[in-house]
Amino acid sequence: MLKQIEGSFAVAEMVAMCRPNVISAYPITPQTHIVEELSVIVGKGQLDAEFVNVESEFSAASVVLGASAAGARAYTATSSQGLLLMSEVVYCIAGMRLPIVMTCANRAISAPLSIWNDQQDSMALRDAGWIQLHAEDNQEASDLHVQAFKIAEKTSLPVMVCMDGFILTHAFEPVDLPEPKEVDAFLPPFKPTNIVDPRWPRGIGLFADPRFYHETRYILHRAMEKSGKTIKAVSAEFAKSFGRESGGFIKTYNLKDADLVIISMGSVVGTIKDLIDEFAEEGKKVGLLQICSYRPFPRKEIYDALKGKMNIVVLEKSISLGRGGILASDVRWSFPRADKKDRNISSFIAGLGGRNITKDDLRYMVEKVKKEPVELEFLGLNKDLIAKKDL
Amino acid sequence: MNAKAEEFDKVEKKDLFASGHRACGGCGQALAARLVADAAGENTIACVATGCLEVFSSPYPDPAWRIPFLHSLFENAAAVASGVDAAYKALKKGPVNIIAQGGDGSTADIGFQSISGMLERGHNILYVCYDNEAYMNTGVQRSSFTPYGAKTSTTPFGNTTRKKNMPMIAADHGIPYVATAAVDDYRDLQRKVKTALSIEGPKYIHILAPCPLGWAHHGELTVEICRLAKDTGLFPIFEIIDGKMTNVRKIPAKVPVDEYLKVQGRFKHLYKKGVPSKEVAEIQEIANQNIERFNL
Repeated sequence: MLKQIEGSFAVAEMVAMCRPNVISAYPITPQTHIVEELSVIVGKGQLDAEFVNVESEFSAASVVLGASAAGARAYTATSSQGLLLMSEVVYCIAGMRLPIVMTCANRAISAPLSIWNDQQDSMALRDAGWIQLHAEDNQEASDLHVQAFKIAEKTSLPVMVCMDGFILTHAFEPVDLPEPKEVDAFLPPFKPTNIVDPRWPRGIGLFADPRFYHETRYILHRAMEKSGKTIKAVSAEFAKSFGRESGGFIKTYNLKDADLVIISMGSVVGTIKDLIDEFAEEGKKVGLLQICSYRPFPRKEIYDALKGKMNIVVLEKSISLGRGGILASDVRWSFPRADKKDRNISSFIAGLGGRNITKDDLRYMVEKVKKEPVELEFLGLNKDLIAKKDL
Repeated sequence: MNAKAEEFDKVEKKDLFASGHRACGGCGQALAARLVADAAGENTIACVATGCLEVFSSPYPDPAWRIPFLHSLFENAAAVASGVDAAYKALKKGPVNIIAQGGDGSTADIGFQSISGMLERGHNILYVCYDNEAYMNTGVQRSSFTPYGAKTSTTPFGNTTRKKNMPMIAADHGIPYVATAAVDDYRDLQRKVKTALSIEGPKYIHILAPCPLGWAHHGELTVEICRLAKDTGLFPIFEIIDGKMTNVRKIPAKVPVDEYLKVQGRFKHLYKKGVPSKEVAEIQEIANQNIERFNL
């Protein structure tokens, strides 16, 4: 049923329909509305779950770790500093192959303190062994959660659903929320196999000496790579069950005839599509390749989709300081050496700490890379501010 | 003696924490972990913090545990146990004994916050601290349970602060059961574990577990050293039930701290040619204060 609803509430309602047994979270802007709403749903008895209010994100992640290891379907949500505080547990959850689902309400990282959106937080944990799915809008943010639980439990890998803080979490949009029975039909109850239970005593979280550790990381990497199949299959099954496309590896827009392709992920994709429509009216052929699954990274899909596309610009809301665009280097790596040399892959960093990315900014970017490739540029820098000595 | 008291007074030997683990000879923590597991019985989940116990008991592929064992990190055993507790409640499974356990570093320092959270939230969990008064697993560095005067690898000239009083901090969370114990008295230790597990809610047991490596004593003295710690007044033995101090162990014949200090290499620097330094008098003062405070 179509409902005019805040993004956080749409996610909370969808998570509740996924029937997690244990929810644990610690408040951080802009994640708060999601877990507040879930505490209401649990408190009213509409969801039979334990809601554990903890003293830190570190403990929130640890509680869902323990709950999952004891056989519960477990969920948490966080953002920014909270995700960084969790990071030790985030790695541990993946290493222990616990199918936990977490929402990351993407937000900038201190210092300086900023509560506003970019994607540096989830990027900081891209190598942890979590599947990372990026939502374009609130419909997709909501849809991705039911897919996330299914993917996690099929692959024994944790899934992080990333949605841009404020831009999505606090935006009211019409969202088509399914009926609980439709979700039940799509997502069967969790049937864990490797749990702590006195009936079958076993050790979970044993340490591995150098004879074993190396292989555990290989196995985890292989599982991440293999999970791509499941991500695609679950997305296809979702489309069949719910009648709309959501998730998957990549999506494209006006790509076929494009002589310039923008690659990006998250909510900025909406603005890019608007601009592409404007360009189309002007007779300019610009296309979009949107990344939904950032980890595992859709290397092959990008390569196949961009055959013959020689001009590419990557727009992203995060940076590897001292290195450059993170998504841009992932994209550059997607082309074999022989194929890469003729391709122009430009890299733009934009919208850090909640700076708006306007169509004018994007138009400037497109015009610029049409003239010559750009190794790295921060979009819309205020040069007067940089000249100031106190910033 | 009623049936329950008789049951609680029985020394259990079930080998739920099996032999063949990799602890040093005379390890107080290995002994304590076995006594705890055997007292708790088969229907138990052990959530163990990173540290000596975890390292010597859980190498893949041959852990020493015959009960379910869950290890994640150094500072989150209490939070992980909270998750297990929440899962059992949500899945309507159990009852089960959930025992979070860790050394003094994971209890007093890095895991302090998650223990406080677990105690405050009222989970049905027993937290057991194996106190060997320093970070032994990493090579005997100072923790906030390291006693005054003790030499560690990061207090090479002796520790200058007094030990944090964790049992009282735990009790001040308003939890139903707190106890201290030492590995010399199996019966007392196991009775306390069984008592704790018979009570609903968060419980805390603090066990003195000497470390021959870090304390620099002969392995065969582990049990004797516990007796000396108790009889000098340096390690008071008591229970706090519903906020009331009870069953305080009276010292049969008080022993000067000298006798406790002299058998341990970590206090050797406090004696120059057999003459005690002023730090020894300070340690005696700590013992005297304990004797007065707890009426030992």
